[in-house]
Amino acid sequence: MPQVSMTVNGRAVSGEVEGRTLLVEFLREGLRLTGTHVGCDTSQCGACAVHVDGKLVKACTAFAAELDGAEVTTIEGMAGADGSLSAVQQAFQDYHGLQCGFCTPGMVMAGAALLEENPRPSEADVRQYLEGNICRCTGYHNIVKAIMAASGQEVEPVAAE
Amino acid sequence: MPKDTGIGASTKRREDVRFLTGKGRYTDDIDVRGQAHVVFLRSDVAHARIGGIDTSEAEAMPGVIRVFTGRDFEGVGGLPCGWQITDRHGQPMQEPAHPVLAQGKVRHVGDPIAAVVAETRQQARDAAEAIMPDLEELPAVIDMKAALAEDAPKVHDDLTSNLCYDWGFVEENKAATDEAFAEAAHVTTLELVNNRLIANPMEPRVAVGDFNAATGDHTLYTTSQNPHVIRLLMGAFVLGIPEHKLRVVAPDVGGGFGTKIFHYAEEAFCTFAAKALGRPVKWTSSRSEAFMSDAHGRDHVTKIELALDAQNNFTALRTETYANMGAYLSTFAPSVPTWLHGTLMAGNYRTPLVYVNVKAVFTNTVPVDAYRGAGRPEATFQLERVIDLAARELGVDPIALRRQNFITEFPYQTPVAVEYDTGDYEGTMKVLEEKADLAGFAARRKESEAKGKMRGLGVNCYIEACGIAPSKLVGQLGARAGLYESATVRVNATGGITVMTGSHSHGQGHETSFAQVVADMIGLPEDMVEIEHGDTANTPMGMGTYGSRSLAVGGSAMVRATEKIVAKAKKIAAHLMEASEGDIELKDGTFTVAGTDKEVAWGDVTLAAYVPHNYPLEEIEPGLEETAFYDPNNFTYPAGAYACEVEVDPETGQVTVERFTAADDFGNVVNPMIVEGQVHGGLAQGIGQALLESCAYDEEGQLLSASYMDYAMPRAHDLPMFTVDSSSRTPCTHNPLGVKGCGEAGAIGSPPSVVNAVIDALHSGGHRVGHIDMPLTPARVWAAMNGAVPNMGAAQPAARTDATTEARSVGGPATRT
Ligand code: FES
Ligand code: FES
Repeated sequence: MPQVSMTVNGRAVSGEVEGRTLLVEFLREGLRLTGTHVGCDTSQCGACAVHVDGKLVKACTAFAAELDGAEVTTIEGMAGADGSLSAVQQAFQDYHGLQCGFCTPGMVMAGAALLEENPRPSEADVRQYLEGNICRCTGYHNIVKAIMAASGQEVEPVAAE
Repeated sequence: MPKDTGIGASTKRREDVRFLTGKGRYTDDIDVRGQAHVVFLRSDVAHARIGGIDTSEAEAMPGVIRVFTGRDFEGVGGLPCGWQITDRHGQPMQEPAHPVLAQGKVRHVGDPIAAVVAETRQQARDAAEAIMPDLEELPAVIDMKAALAEDAPKVHDDLTSNLCYDWGFVEENKAATDEAFAEAAHVTTLELVNNRLIANPMEPRVAVGDFNAATGDHTLYTTSQNPHVIRLLMGAFVLGIPEHKLRVVAPDVGGGFGTKIFHYAEEAFCTFAAKALGRPVKWTSSRSEAFMSDAHGRDHVTKIELALDAQNNFTALRTETYANMGAYLSTFAPSVPTWLHGTLMAGNYRTPLVYVNVKAVFTNTVPVDAYRGAGRPEATFQLERVIDLAARELGVDPIALRRQNFITEFPYQTPVAVEYDTGDYEGTMKVLEEKADLAGFAARRKESEAKGKMRGLGVNCYIEACGIAPSKLVGQLGARAGLYESATVRVNATGGITVMTGSHSHGQGHETSFAQVVADMIGLPEDMVEIEHGDTANTPMGMGTYGSRSLAVGGSAMVRATEKIVAKAKKIAAHLMEASEGDIELKDGTFTVAGTDKEVAWGDVTLAAYVPHNYPLEEIEPGLEETAFYDPNNFTYPAGAYACEVEVDPETGQVTVERFTAADDFGNVVNPMIVEGQVHGGLAQGIGQALLESCAYDEEGQLLSASYMDYAMPRAHDLPMFTVDSSSRTPCTHNPLGVKGCGEAGAIGSPPSVVNAVIDALHSGGHRVGHIDMPLTPARVWAAMNGAVPNMGAAQPAARTDATTEARSVGGPATRT
C-alpha cells in the first residue's frame, strides 16, 4: 500500500492508503477529521470541499495517494488557534447561514476560497461560485448574505422583533 | 429596540459553533470499537421472483464475516406501518408484509436482496458485487392507473389487487356535493400531477448497531427525526426487543424533511446483525442508495373540480386523486394522501361542501411517504391552481376571487372535519400586497417586456394543519400511536437547567430556541439552559420532529414542565422567606414577596432543593425536576399568502424567479431569525418542486433520476433573495405559547404561486395555456407555448393513462383556456 505524507491544517501527517482511497476517506477515517462530510458519490454536492494548496477541491474527487506533499486545510483548520471563528465562519453564525450544518463545512471552505479570489463579490458572483455546493436547508438566502457580509459589504440585518 | 434575549429575540444559534468548526457529531462520525461494515446488494430490477441467491463466492472473499439474505429474517417481524386507513366501504386498507431483506420477490429497484458484513466497507462492497442472485424478472407496474387494471401484474401476490384503499371524505357529503355541482353556475375542472420528489437531506442515512452480550443491551445510532418512535417500532414489531433493553440515539442529524421519520430496514438489520455477529455493525448510505431506498414524496395525480354560483362564491369542491404508495407501506404513508390532505381541502375558503376521493396504489417503485408538508402541499397545489384557473375562465382578478371567498369568522368548522381556531387571511393578504409591491407589478412587467421577456405574477394562499396532533382525534382516524410530546426539566443545585425534550432538532435550532423559552419563563440568561434531545436513554418518551410540531407540541410540554418547576420553586422560596406561597413572585430570576422588599435568588432556592437543610420536607420532596406530557387538543393552522414573479424567455421557455414574497401567520414567534430561515428553506424546496425536481421512472421501473446528475436539486443560482414576513399574527388559541409552526409553510405555499406566475407570463405573451405539470422545465414550457410534445426522456411514475393526459404528464400538450 502506498505511503502518503501531507500537511493537514498545519500539521505533518502520514499514513498508508490504498490506491483507491479518496482524500475525503483519508481525512475522515485515517485522520478522524470528521468535519469534512460526504453528501454524494458523484462529485456534485460540495459537502466534502477542502483547500488543497490554497485551491478549493472536492475531497471526494482526489485520491489521497496522489497528494503526497500537499498542503490541505479542512474546516477544522479554519478557526484561529484561540478558537476564534474566521470572518466567514462568524458571518455564517451572525446571518444564520446554516441549519443542519451538514453542507456547512463545504460552504465555508467555498466562501473562503471565493473571497480569496474575489474580495468583493456581487450577489450573482456568490451564487455562481456556489454552483458546486448543495444546501437543502437554507434556500441559500442566508449563505449568500453571510459570504457578502464576510467580505465587508453591507447586507440586510437578520429579522428581529 | 429589538429584543435581545428570551422569547422574541433573534438569538444566534449556539449549535452553530460546533457545525462551523467541524465538531458536529453526525451518525457517520460515530465509530464503535470493533465495528464491522455492511453493504447491501439491492435489486437492479423493479419486479422479479428470487430463485436462489448464490453467496458462496462473496463469503470466500477477504474480510467477509457473513452474508445475510431474506432467509435469515424469517423469524422476525416485518417493518410495520403506523397508520390504518378504513376505506369508503368500511374495509381496512390492504397491508402487505415488508420484510427487512426481500423474501420471495423484489418489488422495486433498490429493494435489498442481501447484506454483506465485512471488516471494511470496501471489502463489503467488493463482496456484494460477487453475489449472484437468480432473479426471474416479472412485468412491473409503474403507472398507477395501469396498476389498477383488471389484469395488471400484482406487486403483492397475496393481496387481492394493487389497490391499497379507496377512501372517501366526507363520504356523507358526496351526494350533496354532486348536487351542488349540478346546480353550479360555473364549474372549473383541472387535472394535474403533483410530481414525485426525493427529499434529499444532505446527510445520507447511517445506522450503527451495537450489542452488549453481557447485559443484553442493544444500542442503535441512527439518522432519525424520532429515535423513540424507532425504538418502539423496531423493538416491538420487528426484532422483539423490549424498550428498556434498546437505546436509540439520533445525534446531530443533517436534515430530515420527513424522510428520516420512518423506520427503515437498515436500522433493523444493523441491530439484528450486531447481536448475531457479536460485533457492532455500521451502514453508511451512499447518495446513490439514498435515491433508491429513502422514502420518496408526493406523487399524486388529481382531478379537481370547483363549483361556483353566479356571484362567484365557491359552492362545492370535488377531487379524485391517485396516490402512489410505492411497493410497500412506509411508516406514515397511508395517512399522507388522506388525513394530511383531505382535511385541508377547504383551504382558506368558505366552501360549504367538499368531497375528496383518494385511491392509494401499490406500484413497483420506492415507497412514498411524508416529505416536507406531506399531503398539505398536494392539497394546496390543487386548490390554488383550480382557483387561479377559475379566475381566468371567469375573467376576474384572482386575488379578488380568493378574498371574496375567505373565511373571516373564527373558530371555523370546515366541511372536512377540522376546526380552524384562528386566522386573518385578509390581513395576511394585505401584508403580501404591500411587501410584494403588487402595485408595482405592471411597471416591472413593462421592463421585462422591454428586454424581450414575458413576466408573470402568481399569487396563492395556503393553510396547513400543524402541531401534529391530538392523540384522541388521530386515534379515531387510524393512527396506531399517540402524538403528544414530553419534556423533562431538570434544575441543578447551582441553578443551571437541563431540558430533555422528545422533539428532535436536525436543523431547526431547538437547542437555541427552546432555551429561549425556558430562560424567559424564569428570567435567567439563556446560557443557563441546556437542551438535550435525540437519545432515548436520557429523554422521556418522545414522538419526534415532523409536521411543524416541535415548538407547538414539544415546546408546550416543556412549558408545562417549567410551570411545575416554577410552582415548586415558589413553595421553597415561600418557606425560605417565611411568607405565604400565594405572595411569591418570580421575576428576572429572583423571588420576591409581594409588597415587601424580601427577596431570594433563583440559585438559593435551587440549592435549598438539593441541600434541604432549611426546607419544607414534610410538604414537598427535595430535588427540582419535573416531567410533563402535552397532548394538544387541536391542530394549529398556520396560513399565509405568497406571491411569485417570474420571467419566461419566449425563445427557450426558461423560467427565472425574479421576486418571491411570503407573508405568513405563524402566531407568536420565539426566534424570528430561525423562523425566517425555516421559510427560506421551505421556499427553496417548493420552488425546486415547481421548476426543477422530478423523480422519474421508465416503463420498466428503472429509476432514471438516481443521482444529482439527473435529479435537479435547487442550487444557489436558481433562486432569488426572498422577502419573508411573519408580522401577521393571530396566536394559536390552544397552546401555551400561542405558536403555530413554520417548518413546512414555505414548501406548502410556494409551488402554486410559481405555476400561477408562469401561466400568467405565458398569457401576457398571448399563449392561452391553462396548465403545465411540474416541474416547469424549459422543455415543458416551450412545448406548452408551441403546442408541441417535448421529449422528456422519461414518463413520470404517475403518468396518466388516457392519451391526452398521459402526454401532458410527460410535459406535453398543455391544457388551453
Ligand atoms: S461528497 Fe464530494 S461532492 Fe459530494
Ligand atoms: S444547512 Fe443543512 S444542508 Fe445546508
